[in-house]
Amino acid sequence: MPRPDAAPSGAPAPGATVPRSLQLVPKAEGRLTAKDFKSDQEVRWCPGCGDYAILAAVQSFLPELGVRRENIVFISGIGCSSRFPYYVETYGMHSIHGRAPAIATGLAVARPDLSVWVVTGDGDALSIGGNHLIHALRRNVNVKILLFNNRIYGLTKGQYSPTSELGKITKSTPVGSADWPFNPISLALGAEASFVARTIDSDRKHLISVLRAAAHHPGSALVEIYQNCNIFNDGAFDVLKDPSSRDSSLIRLEHGQPVVFGANQEYAVVRDPAGFGLRVVDTASVPASEIITHDVTVPDPAYAFALSRLSGEDLSHTPIGVFRAVDRPTYDELVRGQVTTAQAKVTQGAEAELASLLHSGDTWTIL
Amino acid sequence: MAKQVRQLDRVVIRFAGDSGDGMQLTGDRFTSETAQLGNDLSTLPNFPAEIRAPAGTLPGVSSFQVHFANFDILTPGDAPDVLVAMNPAALKANIGDLPSGATVIVNTDEFTKRNLAKVGYDSDPLTDGSLADYTVAPVALTSMTVAALQDFDLSKKEAERAKNMFALGLLSWMYSRPTESTIRFLERKFAARPELAQANIAAFKAGWNFGETTESFAVRYEVKPAKMAPGTYRNITGNVALSYGLLAASVRSGLPLFLGAYPITPASDVLHELSKHKKFGVTTFQAEDEIAAVGAALGASYGGALGVTTTSGPGVALKAETIGLAVALELPLVICDIQRAGPSTGMPTKTEQADLMLALFGRHGEAPAAVIAPQSPADCFYAALEACRIALKYRTPVVLLSDGYLANGSEPWLLPEIDELPDLRVEFATEPNHELPDGRRVFWPYKRDPQTLARPWAVPGTPGLEHRIGGLEKADGSGEISYDPANHDKMVRLRAARIEGIAQDIPPLTVDDPDNDAEVLVLGWGSTYGPIGAACRQLRARGVKIAQAHLRHLSPLPANTGEVLRSYQRVVVPEMNLGQLSTLLRARFLVDVISYNQVRGLPFTAAELESALEEVVKNA
Repeated sequence: MPRPDAAPSGAPAPGATVPRSLQLVPKAEGRLTAKDFKSDQEVRWCPGCGDYAILAAVQSFLPELGVRRENIVFISGIGCSSRFPYYVETYGMHSIHGRAPAIATGLAVARPDLSVWVVTGDGDALSIGGNHLIHALRRNVNVKILLFNNRIYGLTKGQYSPTSELGKITKSTPVGSADWPFNPISLALGAEASFVARTIDSDRKHLISVLRAAAHHPGSALVEIYQNCNIFNDGAFDVLKDPSSRDSSLIRLEHGQPVVFGANQEYAVVRDPAGFGLRVVDTASVPASEIITHDVTVPDPAYAFALSRLSGEDLSHTPIGVFRAVDRPTYDELVRGQVTTAQAKVTQGAEAELASLLHSGDTWTIL
Repeated sequence: MAKQVRQLDRVVIRFAGDSGDGMQLTGDRFTSETAQLGNDLSTLPNFPAEIRAPAGTLPGVSSFQVHFANFDILTPGDAPDVLVAMNPAALKANIGDLPSGATVIVNTDEFTKRNLAKVGYDSDPLTDGSLADYTVAPVALTSMTVAALQDFDLSKKEAERAKNMFALGLLSWMYSRPTESTIRFLERKFAARPELAQANIAAFKAGWNFGETTESFAVRYEVKPAKMAPGTYRNITGNVALSYGLLAASVRSGLPLFLGAYPITPASDVLHELSKHKKFGVTTFQAEDEIAAVGAALGASYGGALGVTTTSGPGVALKAETIGLAVALELPLVICDIQRAGPSTGMPTKTEQADLMLALFGRHGEAPAAVIAPQSPADCFYAALEACRIALKYRTPVVLLSDGYLANGSEPWLLPEIDELPDLRVEFATEPNHELPDGRRVFWPYKRDPQTLARPWAVPGTPGLEHRIGGLEKADGSGEISYDPANHDKMVRLRAARIEGIAQDIPPLTVDDPDNDAEVLVLGWGSTYGPIGAACRQLRARGVKIAQAHLRHLSPLPANTGEVLRSYQRVVVPEMNLGQLSTLLRARFLVDVISYNQVRGLPFTAAELESALEEVVKNA
């Protein structure tokens, strides 16, 4: 199944200067810095919130895009994470709950010269806006969706979210939630998203590497960012951060590399002979040839889906990195192509064309 | 045998049959022939929401009514002079609308025992005397069509399907319609299957020849062309006119049109139409739902496009929150609501005007939007242009309230000169517009134009104007998030004043009061213009004094509305709802208007309005 020889889609090909996703976006004249992307607004997240780290990472990453600041747009929905655009010195819109992917779709289709980013949360993207998320992903519009997943509703003060684990005790579920949670990566892959990745707020280097891959990917990109809400769901991702547990829990996906993890790479991922997916084994217990080599370009989303199923609700065996990055025509390119093709046939000015249209069909003249 | 030719001033014909019988197409073709001849005309299609209800049943009946005359007319006619009934169901569903003496042409082949039983006829109405009040012309439409097509290599079923063209040929003969355009149309429609084109043309000609030779039809009629203003005309439905109006707004503003839409009756035809015109730079986005449709349109507007969404009532309900966002963002957005009978799914293919309050107030918070309504199918073109003009100039959502009657109905349209259409060009912000106390020049997204109170439209990609907007309340001017009580009060009032100020930029309400001595004013809005106008004409022809005025702008109302209302002793407001405009006028102007209502899913008839209005005049 994996083809280690294939180059990952989305990563800049050697020698290529501008990825397809940014080809129509005007280049910055000088080198921008993180400071250029800090707005004059006071950041109002709770002290200690994981959002600060993500904001700082994004601000330090944006200059690397090499595009003009005014051609970058952040669109958010509602929730703590959705305050994000106010803090970034680009164009931005803080819209309404769940609808950012729809608004961003209209903007991205209308304006190929923009780099359009959506900032959303687990409630915004997966509950009230679930429909827009899956449709944006299946269409493959050139928008990059950053999903801050803290597994809780923060702004409304602590109700369980669609990614909260079953039995979660919250203000609205005093004896435990009865909802089975979404795995956002599995959901995105079910929608046949062309780019799906996961990263963690506390790992700045990894976060930026995933942002880079997303930015370079032509089409929709979903980046799930595990983000700690220190007020209402503190420590939700500690198992992935605590030195005593992280090595045996985190699976760092690297394109072209065998999927192994653990302090001494003592765990490996192999096909599960008993089922349809993958499973974790002791590296020593299998021949090296049986260990899966990670390939983000596998056309069948079933491979990436199987990877996404390795992690349980308790976050044991949680892969991070790029799950899938496949090349597929983007919706906005196809739509603009249809318009361009139609316009190429026009031989007269718009007003004359309109007059011809009005006079088309059966007309009659009264003198 | 030379047939007698009789001149008529006006005729109303209704074609009725099963949903699969092609009655809409037949009516369309007859209408096109009639338009070619130069009659004034008005049409009323009426069809079920079911695509193919069980054949031969009452729910499956589809009809198309066309009114044509040698003078200018305003409505598709109250009652048919001629009914073409393709089967017993069509007869049963429509016979009640016919005045006595009307002509009924029936397809006798379909009057089988089984088909009669399907619709509850105990005996055959063609023979049991129940149609004695009408002139019945029994025609074996199906079998004559099959006979006419015996030389074609068609199955019996395919041959039978051409019976609507036989009926069209017969009616075209009866009313002396020109036939060339229909023949051309059939050649085009069946270009891929020339044998079907020829068969349909043969059926059409056979119907014509049958009229010419049979003794069953002794009289042929002529309706001379109407005197109409000079110029080039075409027949147009409201939905096509609305689509063209949006295209014209795009051309005249120089902004690309972005339509976000989700399929919904009776608005989908606008999506279909605009999707054909990509050469104008139009993007049509069929969204995953109504909310995404308006969201994408708003996103495109934010990017500097002309953002439009088209829908019907259920869609407007879903879009409410996004329209509210557009109110807060103060961006141009046009929402076309092709109203249909509600509540809920209601009667999707039937007309109503019951979304007025929804358009005006159907958002949380104080969220004013402009609302305008076209008054006839062709007027949908100008109303769409006007909606775009207001949206672009005042940076506001505008709701355009068409309805099913306008959408599918048609009338001749005197084609305008493009350069006489309004100039809708806009200026985007390109420079900082505010100086801070320290002398720095900055961009303030909510610093308004003092005349229009519109804020600057600074689209992404404009260097130096990077800013953030959103649904949170903003500080007047700077646009920063603000929870300041006085600021909120000010912003709420500013948003309201911006909409109210449009009243200075629209024509005053004009009154048609021929002798300036009427005591009763009838005031309508939207698609009731035709029936109200026809009723007023009939009253005036009998010497009854009545004044008529019609509102195009519902928000804001024209500046002189109160003055007009107060200058009449009584004001009657007919509406296809339970009195929404009446309620508004009473609240706004303390005028005791009389509400006249009907919600049958059909337009008013001129006759019922005539008697209702006369009643008011008598008691004034």
